[in-house]
Amino acid sequence: MSLLNVSASPHIRSSESTQTIMTDVIIALIPATVFGIYNFGARAAIIIITCVTACLLSEYLFEKICKRKNTCRDMSAVLTGLLLALNLPATVPFWMPVVGGIFAIIVVKQLYGGIGQNFMNPALAARCFLVISFSKLMTTFAIEPAKDDVDRIMKGLSGVNGYAFKDGVSQATELAKVKAGESIDLLSAFLGTHAGTIGETSAAALLLGAGYLLYRRVISLRIPGAYLITFTAYITIYSLIKNGSVSGNYILSNLFLGGLMIGAFFMATDYVTSPVTPAGKIVFGIILGLLTGLFRTAGGSAEGVSFAIIIGNLLVPLIEKVTMPVPFGVVKAKKKEAKNNG
Amino acid sequence: MKKHTFKGGIHPYDGKEMSKSKPIKTLPAGDVMVYPLVQHIGAPAVAAVKPGDKVLMGQVIGNAGGFVSSNIISSVSGTVKAVEPRLTVSGSKVMSIVIENDHEDRAIDGLYEDVDYTTLTKEQIRARVKDAGIVGMGGAGFPNHVKISPKDDSAIEYVIVNGAECEPYLTSDYRIMLEEGEKVRDGLKVMLSLFENARGIIAIEDNKPDCIKNMMKLCEGEDKIEVIALKTKYPQGAERKLIYAATGRKINSSMLPSDAGCIVDNIDTVCAIYMAVCKSTPLMRRIITVTGDAIKEPQNFSVRIGLDYEELVKAAGGFTCEPEKIISGGPMMGMALFDIHIPVTKTSSALLAMSKDEVAENEPTACIRCGRCIAACPSNLVPVKMLEYSDRFDEEGFVAIGGMECYECGSCTFVCPAKRRMTQSFKQMRRAILDKRRRG
Repeated sequence: MSLLNVSASPHIRSSESTQTIMTDVIIALIPATVFGIYNFGARAAIIIITCVTACLLSEYLFEKICKRKNTCRDMSAVLTGLLLALNLPATVPFWMPVVGGIFAIIVVKQLYGGIGQNFMNPALAARCFLVISFSKLMTTFAIEPAKDDVDRIMKGLSGVNGYAFKDGVSQATELAKVKAGESIDLLSAFLGTHAGTIGETSAAALLLGAGYLLYRRVISLRIPGAYLITFTAYITIYSLIKNGSVSGNYILSNLFLGGLMIGAFFMATDYVTSPVTPAGKIVFGIILGLLTGLFRTAGGSAEGVSFAIIIGNLLVPLIEKVTMPVPFGVVKAKKKEAKNNG
Repeated sequence: MKKHTFKGGIHPYDGKEMSKSKPIKTLPAGDVMVYPLVQHIGAPAVAAVKPGDKVLMGQVIGNAGGFVSSNIISSVSGTVKAVEPRLTVSGSKVMSIVIENDHEDRAIDGLYEDVDYTTLTKEQIRARVKDAGIVGMGGAGFPNHVKISPKDDSAIEYVIVNGAECEPYLTSDYRIMLEEGEKVRDGLKVMLSLFENARGIIAIEDNKPDCIKNMMKLCEGEDKIEVIALKTKYPQGAERKLIYAATGRKINSSMLPSDAGCIVDNIDTVCAIYMAVCKSTPLMRRIITVTGDAIKEPQNFSVRIGLDYEELVKAAGGFTCEPEKIISGGPMMGMALFDIHIPVTKTSSALLAMSKDEVAENEPTACIRCGRCIAACPSNLVPVKMLEYSDRFDEEGFVAIGGMECYECGSCTFVCPAKRRMTQSFKQMRRAILDKRRRG
């Protein structure tokens, strides 16, 4: 008989791994990805592929050069690439996803120690980096209509809102219109046939993916729930104070438009950069809701989700510190201490 | 029926179908039986025999070495061959009494004698339990006479029989409840006679509906005994979780169940109490599940304490393939063996042979802070932070975040998608801290 394995208990492991979790998130992003390609054409597909490739290659090469263990198989770099691509407008030049991917993986993730060690969401940090560095390119949602898009216009479909035409004048985003006080087409906002980044426009597709993640228990409702409720409360109160009234159109369009849905369900819930404590998740969600509301209503841009989450990420260690759960059966430590001291 | 439970926990594959339908089969004793003098928590027992002595079945061969200690009983008759260190489950060598079995089963006077427990005083009952060498057979091995001697008998409000059997693969308690349920009931009645204000609760996980039904039928008309269903979830049978599920009371690591007015005993222990008090039979046997995918015919055995583990494997038809890992106990809290020649002790509950070792298969990777360990922790701890402290041997930090409330159930490590070996780390840390505390 060969030697027996000996180790401390437990001797069994669940079938879930980092890889299966990352793959689940990627699966959950498929509806939004497919819709993005449908909405913005082949260009969107190229950007997605470029982004994922850039991220994977950066991860591979960096780990190779640093003689670290290759972690490409855990799918996290693929996920980062996909998330970053979905957060880019389809109009960006093709070098941008490459720069973004390298920044996300090498600067935000690997330089801090690789998976699990980054304190900001790599995809979002890269997006913010691009927005700050190339703000014009990142906020221009104009593109020449592809041939099939022309066909769609002929058929009278509304899937062309995302484009401005050959004159190259970019269209104001729907969110900017909302901010300006306009009422917008809610169905289009929900389905996503309007301007925006590749993956953020369709609330419907994102919610479908979010449902999958909740069903698979990859995420819980704590962060997105607290986030969306707080944000809704904020803009409701804001509208009441500013206009003395609030309309359903205003609230819903604020929820459906911009990066809120993808942010709440796919970015804010990123394990590495959100609190691990259950209470902390709720606090985190509330902070994100308030920040997003603040940025959207008072900020220079109509958008605020990315920066809200990035700033929220920085608060995570603090949030965790104050939301540590009390161990089972232990009466509140503070009271006990006070008693002992007194 | 209301299902009692707790917050947290996990649902591992339970593997019980392999052996649950197999009735308890009594195994013959071996030619040589080994009795380690440490089969319990507390002071080691002191050998009462020396090489060459003749011993009888049921004879005390090791005397309790203090109040928190336990007698060791010979389960066969024969000759003492040696008193020497022998390998035990824990992997260390322990002073043991080795007896050559003469296969005559000559018994001490009065063994198996029927006694009506209602004619005994509390002191007599406790003395019988102490003499019988009964310890907590759920795994910890806490001497039972200590457990049933709280400061104030009248403060005990619940005697809880732990029939959760939440460890995967184990079916020994299941078989006992089905086949020897009346012993469980009567053992509980004996215990209730010690505590005038106590009610008895038999708590069983709802994956054993036949046991719940059987115990309910047997306890009909017993107005002080209640059978309750627990939600099937690991670690439902952990003492603190069981007390919470059954009574809603919470205890922590620095409290005893009696501080919450509870006494908790495992199924086989309650049977042993019945046998000791009503049948004058000390603790000489254990019901053991021999199972796992590397075992040919998984089943449940009634085994005499002292028997070599290899006999169990043989009785179960041997191995189907070469096992990669052999575990004494369940897969969540059992101990891996590097040698199968180990004697059955009072705390043995199962022998599990696995063709695959999931621990070796899964190399740990970086933590992704998913928080699954926190959701799974039945003690409401933050294992991910505890691991940070234990990785850098920060004992103060480890204790400050409640590390000592951990009872190493393994739930965090089971769910970890990064396959980090958390429980292993916590075990080392806790042992080091406890050692230091003990030395003062």
